[in-house]
Parts: sequence; C-alpha cells; structure tokens
Amino acid sequence: MKRIALIAGLVLATFSIALAGNITIKGSDTLVRLGQKWAEEYMKKNPGSVIQVSGGGSGTGIAALINGTTDICESSRPMKEKEFKLAQDKGITPHEVAVALDGIAVFLNDKNPIAELTLVQLKGIYTGVITNWKDVGGPDRKIILYGRENNSGTYAFFKEHVLNEEDYAEQTQTLPGTAAVVNAVSKDEWGIGYGGIAWAKGVKDFAIKKDDTSQAILPTMESVSNGSYPISRELYWYFNGVPTGELKALVNWVLSPEGQKVAEEVDYIPLPKDIAEKNMIK
Amino acid sequence: MDKYRFKPKSRIREFIGEKFIALNALAALIGILLIFIFIFKEAVPIFSDREVQEEASLSKMLYKQVYYEGREPKWSWQPNSTVPKYSLLPLFLGTIKAAIVAMLFAVPLAVGAAIYTSEFASRRMREIIKPVIELLAGLPSVVLGFFALVVLATALQKTFGFTYRLNAINAGIALGIAVIPIIFTVAEDAMNAVPKSLRDAAVALGANPWQVSFTMVLPAALPGIAAGVVLGFGRAIGETMIVLMASGNAAIISASFTESIRTFSATIAAELAEVVFGSPHYNVLFFIGTLLFIFTFVINLGGDFILNRLKKKLQGRS
Repeated sequence: MKRIALIAGLVLATFSIALAGNITIKGSDTLVRLGQKWAEEYMKKNPGSVIQVSGGGSGTGIAALINGTTDICESSRPMKEKEFKLAQDKGITPHEVAVALDGIAVFLNDKNPIAELTLVQLKGIYTGVITNWKDVGGPDRKIILYGRENNSGTYAFFKEHVLNEEDYAEQTQTLPGTAAVVNAVSKDEWGIGYGGIAWAKGVKDFAIKKDDTSQAILPTMESVSNGSYPISRELYWYFNGVPTGELKALVNWVLSPEGQKVAEEVDYIPLPKDIAEKNMIK
Repeated sequence: MDKYRFKPKSRIREFIGEKFIALNALAALIGILLIFIFIFKEAVPIFSDREVQEEASLSKMLYKQVYYEGREPKWSWQPNSTVPKYSLLPLFLGTIKAAIVAMLFAVPLAVGAAIYTSEFASRRMREIIKPVIELLAGLPSVVLGFFALVVLATALQKTFGFTYRLNAINAGIALGIAVIPIIFTVAEDAMNAVPKSLRDAAVALGANPWQVSFTMVLPAALPGIAAGVVLGFGRAIGETMIVLMASGNAAIISASFTESIRTFSATIAAELAEVVFGSPHYNVLFFIGTLLFIFTFVINLGGDFILNRLKKKLQGRS
C-alpha cells in the first residue's frame, strides 16, 4: 500500500512539473540575451515554470514558429507578408507583441579617428560604393566590412532602413552573431560593423547623422526612446494566436514595469510606459 | 569428417547469427544510399520544375549572369536579395582555396612527422608522439574554429600584415591542423607496413639510415602516403565549423588567398536554418549538399582504392 502511494505520488509530481508548462523561446540573436534574462527572472519568481531560450537569428525563429517547433518567436524585425501567408497556410496565426526597443549601433574600432557618419555615407560604405576610409574623412585605408548572415533580423532591418533594400557589398564578411561582429571590429583597426546597442562593449560609441545638416546623434537610451536616433527599431515576440495561460502571464510580466526594468539592466531600451501598457494582453 | 558435423540446433543459431550480422552491415550501406537519395530528391526541382528554373537553373549556377540592367554580367552568390543570385563559382573557389592552404600546411608537417616517427624516433619518442598527434584528431572542430577566429587571425595579421583578418589562409591553417592527424596516421601506418626485408636488403648493400629511409622505404610507402593525403583532402573539403567561424564567409571571386572566402559547407550551415521549405533557395542548398556528398564520396573511395593497392603490392599479391 505504502509503495503504491509512493509511486503514485512520484508520478503525480513529475506530471505536475510537466504540466507547469515547458515554454520554448527561439529566434533573434539580438534578443537572446534579453530573452534569457527575462526567463531567468521569471523562473525565479515562478518556480515550476520552465523556459528554454535559444538563438539562431530572427529568420530561424520565425521559421520555427511557422513549423510549430516553438511557443514564442523572438524577432528583431517585423514578419514579412510572405512569412505571414506561409504561417496561415500551415494553420498558424502569428500574433505580434512589441516587447522592447533597440537601436542599431555602428561599431568602429577604438583606434579609428572617424567620429560621425551620415546615413547616406553608411549606405555607400555597406553597398561597396565607398571603399576607403579617406572618402569619409579618415586615413587612406581600405574599409573592412563586417555584417551578419542573411537569417538575421538585424541584417534585414539594416538592409531595409539604411541600404533601402539594395544589396550588401560582396566583400561583407558575415559573422554568426552581434557579439562576433563586435569582437571582429574590436580586433580589426579598419573594420566597421553594426548590431544592437546592447552589444557595444569594447568598441567605439559612434554617432550617426540623419543627413548632412542634422546633428549627429549617439545611440543612447534616451535618443532611441524618443526616436531621435535614426536607426532604431522595435523588438518583437510572436505567438501562435493570442497568448493565454502561462504564455499570457509571461508576456504581461515582461511588459510590466518590473520586466522592462530587467531590460534596462542588460542595456536594452524599455518601451515607453504607455506603449508597454497598451501591448499587454487583456 | 562425420565426427565434426555440428548439431542441427546450433546450425540454425549460426545461420541466424550470420544473417543478423550481415543485415547490420547492409543497414549501413542502405543508410548511406537513403541519405543520398533524400538529399538529391530535394534538389531535383532544379532540373524538373519550370518555375524553379526561372530563379535557379543549372546554367544560372554555372555561368555569368546579368542581374541588373546596364551592369556587367558576373558570378555572384546572394540568394536573399530582391534579385536572387545563385552562382556556385564563388563558393567552389572558396572551398578549393581553403583546401589548398590546408594541404600545403598539413602535408609537409604530417608526412615529416610520419617519417620521423617510423624511421628515426627512439621507441620512447614514438610512444609519446603518436598518441599526441592522434589526440589532435579528437579536438572538436568548433574549438579549432574558435581558436582561429580569436587567436590565430590576430597573430597572422600582426605577422603578415593582412588587410583582411579573416581570410582563406586563416581558415586554411586551422583546417590543416584538423587534417594533420588523418594524414599522419595513414602515412605512418604505410611506412611501418614496409617489410623489414626491404630495409635489411638496403642495409646489406651499405646504406646508412638516412638512405634506407629516403631511397627504400619512402618510395615503397608512397601510395599509402598518397592515400592519406587524399583522405585529408576529402576532410578539408567537407569540414564546416572551422570555415564557418574563421573564413569571413564573403562569397567573392579572387585569386588572392588573403581575402575572405565562403565555402559550400559553410553556406549550407549558415543558410539552411532560415530558408523557406520548398523554395528555390532550399533546392539549391540541397544541390550543394549533393555536390559535397559526391565529391567527398569519390575522394574517399579513391583514397581507399589506393590504400588497397598498396597493401596488395606490399604483400606481394599484385
């Protein structure tokens, strides 16, 4: 009798842990650090919930959502029409929730004397039209381009907003994550790279001008929040349908002042308070 | 003979046992065949589907294309652009460049080590060197790639003043390190397999140890060394993680080894995760996979064939 009770107890215990819901989050490498921090904090507050976070790029996350292999997809770019349609064909209804803000910083090596660039110059550099630093006011050295692979949301966003959908130069070396881009630029005197601001440690903070006449803005918490930094974007979580239960609790916590503070602690930009409240699931 | 006939019960057991083991061996063969069929099946639309051919046909993958009005035709790999470009030439060139650097780096070191270990080293040295080099084979390729990305690239740039930090030479040297154990093992075995009688004959004719090695043993072991090189080359062509991290992944066409490269394997690894299932891009990636499969299969088959011939020759059966 005792043994049966023990076994039944164990089975129930494991069952309840399983029922407590295993949440998978996949996608953007830009967001992955934030996702992991959120998961950590949430699991501390709610022991019993298990959240697994992994990266792979926004494109990978979206593909996973469409294929039904993840609960939440992290993406640093909005889903494209094509992807929406593909999801619907497979019976998935993507539901978008903006969870944080981010600016795309341009990284330069500490030793590079250039202090600011206009968006037009940035486009010229990354499309391969401008190939030497002397054409933008620096010394006579070849510009070494570093970028992301084409499954990256950061790659897609940069292409859309800075390159206006033109192709990247063929010489752009592709690296598997913003951390790798930062690492490469920090080791290469004449390199240039781009990526989420949260990753900009060990390289120069760099100011971007909207055009020749406007002021050069540094990517900081305030400038991204108030929209004055020219290359800023929202970071998204995508669900299959409107989230309920565990997922709803998670996303509402993320959008709460507590969750947004966690974002700030890891150098991401929190959403303005009213927008965060608006995004919560009722 | 009658006394030795086995009992019927054990005969059945033996029959089943034999067939079971044969099945296992066959399973491996069938497995490889099925893998090839699956990969090739996903690449077939390139040859059969009209719509897919509009975007990525065999000729589009091989010849220069005019992608934009008024610009020159060129070879370009940019599948995720508004005008998708699927030229395989930059990728092929990248794969070959990395493999060449790897071979140039690995062969002298590995064959030199093999000659030293089998001919000149004392027993004590041999017992140390052989396991250590074979330990190198156990090094995960991602660790080598990481080492090349962080340490080797900077060291090479400081010594040689490369413009590009991540280039074919960087990836090639790391690849070479991965390939050395393969060449070393096969070459060393080949040299050890040379019969003592050959060496004795040379000594009897008055040769010193140096002459014995280079005029007698090395030529006899040459097919084996060649097999090792061929196997190493096959590994260098197919290796993914090292080139993914250390080569810069830029698909450019250039004769210079100091510029970035993009290889077939790195392309598949980097792009397959996000590609839309069933799209032309997807088909092309599987086509590249088929190519890699065939390349490495043929190369490894060649290596094994040479090795077999060597064994037969040394045993006096050819």
